[in-house]
Amino acid sequence: MKLTVWTYEGPPHVGAMRVATAMKDLHYVLHAPQGDTYADLLFTMIERRDHRPPVTYTTFEGRDLGEDTAGIFKKTCQDAYDRFRPQALIVGASCTAELIQDDPGGLAETMGIPVPVVALELPSYQRKENFGTDETFYQLVRALAQPMDRTPGITANLIGPLALGFRHRDDIEEVKGLLYEMGIGINVVAPFGATPEELTRLGQAHVNVVMYPEHAETAARHMERTLGIPYTKTVPIGVGATHDFVAEVARLCGVEPKKDLSRLRQPWWSKSVDSTYLTGKRVFLFGDATHVKTAARIARDEMGFEVVGLGCYNREFARSIRELGREFGVEPLITDDYLEVEKAIEEASPEMILGTQMERHIGKRLGIPCAVISAPIHVQDFPARYSPQMGWEGANVIFDTWIHPLVMGLEEHLLAMFREDFEFHDEAGPSHHGGHAPKPVGVEPAGDMPVAEVAPEERISGKMKEPDGAEAAGTGSDVMVWLADAERELKKIPFFVRGKAKRNTEKYAAERGVSEISVDTLYEAKAHFAR
Amino acid sequence: MNRPANIEGASCKDAPILKERGQREVFCGLTGIIWLHRKMQDAFFLVVGSRTCAHLLQSAAGVMIFAEPRFGTAILEEGDLAGMADAHEELDREVEKLLSRRPDIKQLFLVGSCPSEVIKLDLARAAERLTQVHAPHVRVLNYSGSGIETTFTQGEDACLASMVPVLPATGDRELLLVGALPDVVEDQAVSLLTKMGIGPIRVLPAARSAEAPGVGKNTVFACLQPFLGDTAAALGRRGARMIQAPFPFGEEGTTLWLKAIADEFGVDDTTFEAVTAAPRARARTAIANASEHLRGKTIFFMPDSQLEIPLARFLVRECGMEAVEIGQPYIHKGLVSPDLDLIPAGPTISEGQDVDLQLDRVRAARPDLTVCGLGLANPLEAEGLTTKWAIELVFTPVHFYEQAGDLAGLFSRPLRRRALLKLEAAE
Repeated sequence: MKLTVWTYEGPPHVGAMRVATAMKDLHYVLHAPQGDTYADLLFTMIERRDHRPPVTYTTFEGRDLGEDTAGIFKKTCQDAYDRFRPQALIVGASCTAELIQDDPGGLAETMGIPVPVVALELPSYQRKENFGTDETFYQLVRALAQPMDRTPGITANLIGPLALGFRHRDDIEEVKGLLYEMGIGINVVAPFGATPEELTRLGQAHVNVVMYPEHAETAARHMERTLGIPYTKTVPIGVGATHDFVAEVARLCGVEPKKDLSRLRQPWWSKSVDSTYLTGKRVFLFGDATHVKTAARIARDEMGFEVVGLGCYNREFARSIRELGREFGVEPLITDDYLEVEKAIEEASPEMILGTQMERHIGKRLGIPCAVISAPIHVQDFPARYSPQMGWEGANVIFDTWIHPLVMGLEEHLLAMFREDFEFHDEAGPSHHGGHAPKPVGVEPAGDMPVAEVAPEERISGKMKEPDGAEAAGTGSDVMVWLADAERELKKIPFFVRGKAKRNTEKYAAERGVSEISVDTLYEAKAHFAR
Repeated sequence: MNRPANIEGASCKDAPILKERGQREVFCGLTGIIWLHRKMQDAFFLVVGSRTCAHLLQSAAGVMIFAEPRFGTAILEEGDLAGMADAHEELDREVEKLLSRRPDIKQLFLVGSCPSEVIKLDLARAAERLTQVHAPHVRVLNYSGSGIETTFTQGEDACLASMVPVLPATGDRELLLVGALPDVVEDQAVSLLTKMGIGPIRVLPAARSAEAPGVGKNTVFACLQPFLGDTAAALGRRGARMIQAPFPFGEEGTTLWLKAIADEFGVDDTTFEAVTAAPRARARTAIANASEHLRGKTIFFMPDSQLEIPLARFLVRECGMEAVEIGQPYIHKGLVSPDLDLIPAGPTISEGQDVDLQLDRVRAARPDLTVCGLGLANPLEAEGLTTKWAIELVFTPVHFYEQAGDLAGLFSRPLRRRALLKLEAAE
């Protein structure tokens, strides 16, 4: 049993739904109780899909247990086939149905449904959503893809993009463009937009482009083994990675690595002097392993940031993230516990977070700007405009997206110079974000407010000592005391580095057995930690 | 008194009910935690369930609540399914950890889920055991929010019903208002009743456990929501008596609801009129403005929040709409008869759901407005139908006079928006 507040991944059957919903003419019959239909809204609301996910739920009730839940499944399955006439069915159980052990796969097999029926075994009490996507796609490919002659011209399959993915819709277009430049055609894109009939033709391609290893690696390995199709290992997110990707594809296909760089602006944008202020910005990366790996390289090599922490929530890729941690000299965080991530971010005190929508909330709480780089995502992360992450345009988009939350160049200096300005102070946030209301300064938290709901800005002043020596409430067992003038000085430090300055000063004081922090202590610590 | 005359001809009270079962596009009772945990400020809701339960709560909330919420899921893992004794130990350990981190928590609800019920994890026993361990600081209760037992708002009913047996006993004649409403609305109700000289007034659930109301055979209670059948029954078992009335939506519903209570407490007509005249007039004006786009339009209710029948009554009688079908997940006649009584015969009244069959009826009827869950709204819009998400009706203050215009506005906004948008070429 594990206490969870927010989760990065849903259950594995939601992964199966992401595959089914991305495809056409496939239907998923899910043995599940009332309530599990909530998952439909992920697709219709977050992704604004204009169709219901192609999923029929059996909706068994308490009174059905011990009676004929298997009969309910069979009736539902037949009705769904008759109504939707899909080219193939997938059948499976949600967490509750797994417990009643009706064996949807076995039941469906006996029904004489005249299209392929693929049974899914998704262990809900062990695995999670990304396992569900990968396993479902693999099972579909295993059941449907046949050995075939290669297409006369060189073609590729794009595999991995699916429903509720982070910018999958636009990444497909960008990767198609990269391949087009090399004279490589597209055989099948799957699961996104593919029919089961198209999956039977996967074997015609010369190469599999694995866009998202989380969702397609098992299928890619299977196709390499059974159909002899090699697959790509480089994910083309970032300028360097896209160059590498083109080289890899060219090598696998025996073609020239031709590129059209006419639309690539990121390198100049990053080199231009206005970007100097980005130098050494301390960033913390968290998300799915693939997006974190690519983001780490971009952050260091293409933006000039310093990566002060990184991690992923999908344990299946823990090994590669540990390697990445070694490469970047940071301790990697492999966890799906939101509170642990929050703690790690608080400790690292980055100037920016590159994360998921969960980290966006962490950022809000800690007053740290955040850009989203990975699923799970929010309705805001499905923009109407073209906004890929992959390829040359993806590199441009990432540059814009990452600097948007930051306070820009000269503005940062102005904030530092005239901190006391009543309109133009740092807690108002970057001036190009009109919606960021200034945080109330000096509001005392209500006495009965749970600690977790008190904003960190308010916590900073929790240990203030008044000039007359009377300590403010809330010192607890902590013996470190900030003198009032030091506290005021601390407040002059821009909010996005204030937490770090406070911690460094306290660490410095603790190491020297100093229990009262003065302005001098603050600046001694600053000099000590100066890099 | 302007009590509406009984309507001519037949009402929906005795209309046959179309009962269907099949796929239900409705949340389970766990969803109620989203608003209950904000209402009860020293309570924590611990769902004992699966990753699906945690994911549902997160997704149904739509946006994550800033800061750590007062709910969480103890996710069952492979090991918990194998040995039940271990599951209880694990639960005790998780509760211990939780309560030590949150000393502000005074009530803990262990909330059963589909998996915990299927494996027959006895949360009642766990709650008793944990109450003994953590008394007197924390009281531990349990209820089921599982999808195999409860639908959407029924979770609130199950929660409140679980609190009734442990409410203190009282012999005082008190009015108890039952249902978790936004504070602003609750305050309005209490203020109107107080002005009539009715009191003392208590509310279930109270914002804090120390303010929990007493109950006994002199207690009379009125439900604020039409989905509190089990709570009403539990209060009945404690000797309390229910005041039946239409639910307080719109000017008419609010007036009839208040009037039923006023009659119970012997409030004379002059006083009643004096207290209600001004807000009633305001409500009428607001409804008249907001319902301009609703008059003569047809509406179809998919089953969702259990508010469907009372809302249909409001929209038909006060906003001039025509109901095609009024679907509810289940129909508790003991609660909704007064509302059904006021709806003129005509609409199909349906209970339960087979979503595909019901969507066939929606497509055939092509109503001007369809009230449905979030999973159906965009797909129906894409088919050219205008929709209203039902969940907003639960998350928005819509009860009583001052919100009557807002309530009509929730239904008219999608229609106004459709009329406003010009997305085609001008030619």
